[in-house]
Amino acid sequence: MAEVLLQLDGISKSFPGVKANDEVSFQINSGEIHALLGENGAGKSTLVKMIYGLMQPDSGSMKLGSENFRPSEPSKARQSGIAMVFQHFSLFDALNVAENIALGMENPPRLQDLSEKIETVSKSYGLPLGPKRLVGQLSAGERQRVEIIRCLLQNPKLLIMDEPTSVLTPNEVKTLFETLLRLKGEGKSILYISHKLEEIRKICDYATILRNGKKVGSCIPRDTSAKQIGEMMVGKSFSSPSRKTRAFGEELLKVSNLSIRTKDFFGTSLSNINFSVRVGEILGIGGVAGNGQDELLSALSGEEKTSPSTIKIFNQPIGKLAPDERRAIGMRAAPEERLGHAAAPAMTLIENTLITSHSEDVINQWGIIKFDNVKEKTKDIVSEFDVRTPTLDNAAASLSGGNLQKFVIGREILQKPRVFVVNQPTWGVDAAAAAFIRQSILNLASNDSAVVVISQDLDELFEICDTFSVLTNGRMSKSHDVRSLSSEDVGLLMGGSDLDRKSHDTA
Amino acid sequence: MIRLEKRRNISKFWTTVTPIIAVFLTMSFGALMFGLLLGDFSSAFGAIKLIFWDPLFDENFASYARPQLLVKAGPIILIAIGLSIGFKAGIWNIGAEGQYILGAIFGASVALSLYPQESILIFPAMILSGALGGFIWALIPALLKVYFKTNEILVSLMLVYVAENILASVSQGLLRNPEGMGLPGSRNLKDYPSAHNSEIILNSGMHWGVLTAFLAVILAYFLFLKHQKGYEIRIAGEAPKAAYFAGINPSKTIIFCMGMSGLLAGMAGLFEVAGPAGQITMSFNSGYGFTAIIVAFLGRLNPMGILLAGLLMALTYIGGEIAQLMLGLPGASIQLLQGMLLFFLLATDIFTNYRFKSRGS
Repeated sequence: MAEVLLQLDGISKSFPGVKANDEVSFQINSGEIHALLGENGAGKSTLVKMIYGLMQPDSGSMKLGSENFRPSEPSKARQSGIAMVFQHFSLFDALNVAENIALGMENPPRLQDLSEKIETVSKSYGLPLGPKRLVGQLSAGERQRVEIIRCLLQNPKLLIMDEPTSVLTPNEVKTLFETLLRLKGEGKSILYISHKLEEIRKICDYATILRNGKKVGSCIPRDTSAKQIGEMMVGKSFSSPSRKTRAFGEELLKVSNLSIRTKDFFGTSLSNINFSVRVGEILGIGGVAGNGQDELLSALSGEEKTSPSTIKIFNQPIGKLAPDERRAIGMRAAPEERLGHAAAPAMTLIENTLITSHSEDVINQWGIIKFDNVKEKTKDIVSEFDVRTPTLDNAAASLSGGNLQKFVIGREILQKPRVFVVNQPTWGVDAAAAAFIRQSILNLASNDSAVVVISQDLDELFEICDTFSVLTNGRMSKSHDVRSLSSEDVGLLMGGSDLDRKSHDTA
Repeated sequence: MIRLEKRRNISKFWTTVTPIIAVFLTMSFGALMFGLLLGDFSSAFGAIKLIFWDPLFDENFASYARPQLLVKAGPIILIAIGLSIGFKAGIWNIGAEGQYILGAIFGASVALSLYPQESILIFPAMILSGALGGFIWALIPALLKVYFKTNEILVSLMLVYVAENILASVSQGLLRNPEGMGLPGSRNLKDYPSAHNSEIILNSGMHWGVLTAFLAVILAYFLFLKHQKGYEIRIAGEAPKAAYFAGINPSKTIIFCMGMSGLLAGMAGLFEVAGPAGQITMSFNSGYGFTAIIVAFLGRLNPMGILLAGLLMALTYIGGEIAQLMLGLPGASIQLLQGMLLFFLLATDIFTNYRFKSRGS
């Protein structure tokens, strides 16, 4: 019988208006990979923040080994042998790996010694990483390795990982899992936070499931079906998007020889991108963020201009048109960054509706805004896409990330665009809302629109897309019929090589 | 321990209340300062009363001070309204003083070249010309910013000094009064009926420039409340990336904002030279263009706020003059008082953007 490493007993934590954790109790054994499962807002983050000392519980107690444990700050938790890899990395692009790691240490050794240590640790755990490399040039997977190695250097007993695979390619996921299993073999424990059921069933020994701040169940994931776990998480069964086979019409959006130099120092330039999307088709563009996704979106939205014939809609050249002119002919985009790009943080939802509304029913010929009509539009978005907000006059920044995402997507889809381009449509929204957003994208395509979905989430792309291609390092693969692709094919595409067979033109 | 927490929605209550608190804090600390200066705290309250109260309500001063209040507040408000349009978009026109001077020169030139013909069309032509002068002067930093990415703060500020030198030059040369016995300075427009910006109501201080300022307040209020252009300006200032995504052309916003603020500053200059000042002289400008920057912020870039702030600022000028005269206070102490006002306003701003929370140990 394995000994208990960390014991949580009746942990509760409240914020104004919400009970984030309500009497949560569970235990993590030594040498166990323990999954913490739940929807967005279920209280997973709050719980691990308390274990890591970023917050303190209102009531309840924790025991580490046989001692009472109540870290008042992260450094105390680290001293007790707890390390955490966050979902969003806190790394400096302009510094190298060793310098970044030294910055996070209390008493960093000399850089030379540290570099040697990094190499030793990275070799022994199968995480190849050069200590002299500039972080700005690393892929997301490599950045995560920096964070993991930073943790391993402290020789922790418990490693907390928050959504570790959300930014990784399938191959990187494989490497990560090998590392985790090796750590487990050494008797270390891992608290693994995720909502991806398949991977949890693959590597976790035990799972605790949270919903609305309460522990609603636990299971041994290997012996439980994904459907059962999913229903425990959501508390009800929800339908996954239904796709009908649609007949594709004529070519609607055509991009030829698109190359742009990025303006961002750490951005990626696009080189010679060609693709087309037909009426009724959903094209999925996979690949890890930072490989030209933002640049591609800005070229399609009109924020970045190209020569006129580079981008065509129904053979009409639009490469020079501004974003509002493109909307006027039915092409709309939803960028990934919600606050500050898709929406203005300090402005109200009503004013944010106006960002992508230009038609005569909201602004008359003298430039007077018809706020009554804008308000009606906002009301429609909020009700149809279930945006939770106290009033329509709330500032965009006061909404949670998921709600704002629903607002931004709803704002564009309700305008029934002929061409819709979206980057990360369900980033940060809960499973039910994600299903709804995906369904509305499918419905849009069924109504004779062409859709381009850029996403890091391969499951999502395979759920809704008809054709699939990958953007790596500013280059885009040919698009392929999703039904013809095996997971090895996807791996090859993600690695930047092209499959020299059926592209969708011949499919 | 007290902790600050950023508000997600800006508090409307505190936005209204903090300026009032700031004025009271200014009065209190001003009284303290005057007390120390005069070595007599009993008369410190009198000094505050002399500055803030007597110009409006004391029968000895009010007959002179009330019209003066409008005469001083008019140009400040008109310029500040123009500046607020740019400031909301994050475009920093610091050179309104120069645009004010150019407006006066352009406007006065029309009158001086037509002298002594009389026509009802002369005054309107002067207004248009004055507006054009300010507009052109503001367009220089705007176009340099659009085409060469120069910093509009530096360029517009440096153009103030260029404008001051042009003013010195024309008042000694081109626009000098030929009957002025060689002294610098133009003809006095007060003696030229068609060009004189006379009071609309006698002895009220209310001239055409003051009326225009009030009109500008109303138009700006409407612009930001209802008009697409006002919305575009606000979003360009709040979230430039979102504005670009909306399809708003940043270059057009820069040119519109700089142009509008220059246009209004130019008009203010014209009304001043054709009215209270009467003539182009080397010392024509008196810093209204800079005071307007303070007033724009004091009024929270809100048209109604600017109206009140402009009146308040004018009050401290006039009351300050009276206090200097009656109590022998140094002029710098009045400027210090005005500085305090801005300081306290910015300091109390923390209440609108943050909430205070106490945190247990």
